[in-house]
Amino acid sequence: MMINRRLLAPALGVLAGAAFLAIASAQREPRRDPANAARGPAPTLMRPATPTKAPDEEGFIRRWLILDPIGSNGLTESVVQAAVKKEYFANQFTVIPHDGDKVNVEGADLTWHAVDTTLYNVNLYHFAYALGKPTSNVLFWVVTVVDCPNELKDVRLAIGSNAASVWWVNGKEVIGIYGDRQAVIDDGVSKRLTLKKGPNIVRCAVVNGGGATDFCARFLDKDDSPVKNFAVNLGEAGK
Amino acid sequence: MRFRYWAVMVLALVSAAFALDGQIGIHDPSTIIQCDGKYYTFGTGGGGLISSDGWTWERGASRPGGGVAPDVIHIGDRYYLYYATSTRQPQADVHMIWNKTLDPNSSNFRWEEGGIVASSDGIEDCNAIDPAVFLDPTSGKMWLAYGSYFGYIRLVQLDPKTGKRVVPIDKPVDIAINCEASDIIYHDGWYYLLATHGSCCRGADSGYNIRAGRSRKVTGPYLDNMGIDMIKGGGKLLVGSSGRVVGPGHFGLLDLEDGVQKFSCHYEADLDRGGASVLDIRPLLWKDGWPVAGENFKEGIYEIESVRTGTALEPAVQGVPVGGGRGGGTGSRGGMPRGSGGGAVGGGAPGGRGGMDAGGGMFAGVGSVIPAQDVAQVSKDWPTGNIDVRLSNYMIQAQQKWTIAPVANAGGYPGSPYFKITIAGTDRALAATNDAELAAVTAFTGGPEQLWRIEQLTDGTYRIMPKAVPNSKEPLALSAVGSSFATLAKFDPKSDKQRWNLKTP
Repeated sequence: MMINRRLLAPALGVLAGAAFLAIASAQREPRRDPANAARGPAPTLMRPATPTKAPDEEGFIRRWLILDPIGSNGLTESVVQAAVKKEYFANQFTVIPHDGDKVNVEGADLTWHAVDTTLYNVNLYHFAYALGKPTSNVLFWVVTVVDCPNELKDVRLAIGSNAASVWWVNGKEVIGIYGDRQAVIDDGVSKRLTLKKGPNIVRCAVVNGGGATDFCARFLDKDDSPVKNFAVNLGEAGK
Repeated sequence: MRFRYWAVMVLALVSAAFALDGQIGIHDPSTIIQCDGKYYTFGTGGGGLISSDGWTWERGASRPGGGVAPDVIHIGDRYYLYYATSTRQPQADVHMIWNKTLDPNSSNFRWEEGGIVASSDGIEDCNAIDPAVFLDPTSGKMWLAYGSYFGYIRLVQLDPKTGKRVVPIDKPVDIAINCEASDIIYHDGWYYLLATHGSCCRGADSGYNIRAGRSRKVTGPYLDNMGIDMIKGGGKLLVGSSGRVVGPGHFGLLDLEDGVQKFSCHYEADLDRGGASVLDIRPLLWKDGWPVAGENFKEGIYEIESVRTGTALEPAVQGVPVGGGRGGGTGSRGGMPRGSGGGAVGGGAPGGRGGMDAGGGMFAGVGSVIPAQDVAQVSKDWPTGNIDVRLSNYMIQAQQKWTIAPVANAGGYPGSPYFKITIAGTDRALAATNDAELAAVTAFTGGPEQLWRIEQLTDGTYRIMPKAVPNSKEPLALSAVGSSFATLAKFDPKSDKQRWNLKTP
């Protein structure tokens, strides 16, 4: 298990607005099984083109780092909990990866990808399909960094996922939803928590059984209204 | 023609059953009114009842004059009380007295005479008893309805500054007939006349029942749901005899705001109290523009379903399918064998039943009755400590069924005692936590964070509130946040977040 910096990371500005995932990944993995070959750009995912990304009007976080999928089987609570607690790569629960970083999981090099989604949700099916990766019976590790100008008390992380998912904020597990389910806005909601001033790490593992897979996430205030006074700043991580 | 039986009851009944507690013997109770944090009601014959929480009552309210069927209203710094006297019905008078407090222990407690505000001469078509006062929230005008079975229910205007007639010689307006114990309330653009039909004062042989008509004007006409004018005997049933109680009468509105309305009445006979006449407080619901009598919440096993999400309250434990899982899958497809669904999710039959053998195969079941889930078995793997509480699709599983039962000697609120809410078959109790969240704690302790106020809202759903939340002075209610999580939050009557259905599983 090791992390390698990608050598040919394209400059963010150069690829502004361009769909990217499949192309870049296909170039890096030339000996892929033809059945899993890259199928073209992910229609709803873009390479980040700005230093920071504000949440959208409904508070949804649209910038994430996603790791190539890892095989996983089962959506029940016990199976998913066991799957996400298994150590796949070093510092799994603390690392803030960079776009293009690689980790080795059970002999395979997997890559972190920084993405902006054009929708309120992140379509992991698009993500994996475009990369020529499996979309069924897989686990996606996902990270983002929420940069708050001030401390925000009594907010809740509110997520939806297809299918099961487990979420951490600043290292603390705050949500787990299980079973075969669709990504419903605010399906899983954390207890009240505090986002500290500065960077806050939001991490999740989404486990899919079959078919479509996606997730969405935002923070809600004490009145259940979207929190929007922060920015996603992947910093060096996004480069 | 019926005349009121002038019984002065001195009842000191202690409830052993599931109704109001304490000394609740009363006949013709006035509208329940709050004064300095306590609830008061006055009855026929003088005196009345006091309660500090609306659940446990005791004798002690005091008024002069005797007579029958008082009513009371609070305007400004005065409590106006109206009662009727008669030596030979239907010759009768409605008297007004007023006080600055209803607390007989207060130094300000002193009844002042206000005089007679309405009368019947014994010949006219009216029996001037059973006064009911109404302050119109739309106009600020004050009205007095009165009357009994001899002739009409009548309406006269009062002066809210004095409690007396605006124009003493004004001719009263006839608004109903063949009823008594009337009351007027306003709701959503309509005036409602609640009046008691049937006979009183015969114990379990009393036919008392409360009926309603409505009008766009306070002066009527009050028509029932079939368009029959109450002045011709119309009236839509609000509440009649049921269960173990006979003859409800003397409607009085108790508006607790935030979408919680209740009404007081007396039953002519409570069979569990030896057929005595007793006070009750019940939820007032509204359906299609008409008042409906709700039922005070009863002990039982319930699914607690969020109106917002349609999902059910449960401890955050892994559910086990009732009857065990079906083979071939990982549990990820609602029990469907993987690969059979063609993309269908949620347990739906892929492609319908075409081609399937109804007598066998994957839809044939196990061939025998599947018993209800045994909580003792499925709880073996639950965490031993406190468990978070969440919402989930209701699957008839053991952890989704809650026993809701009254707690003795823990007090209550208007109409009901506090309840404990435990996972059925266990002692695990729903509790408010120090951070205003929820937990299924290991055992019921009787603490205020484990006592729950369960009230039916006017739409028939329920509001569920802990008696107290640690570290919080603000009343909070059980609230759905998102689809799969429950918390405690300030009650918002305009939202479905704090509305719950309590369903029998």
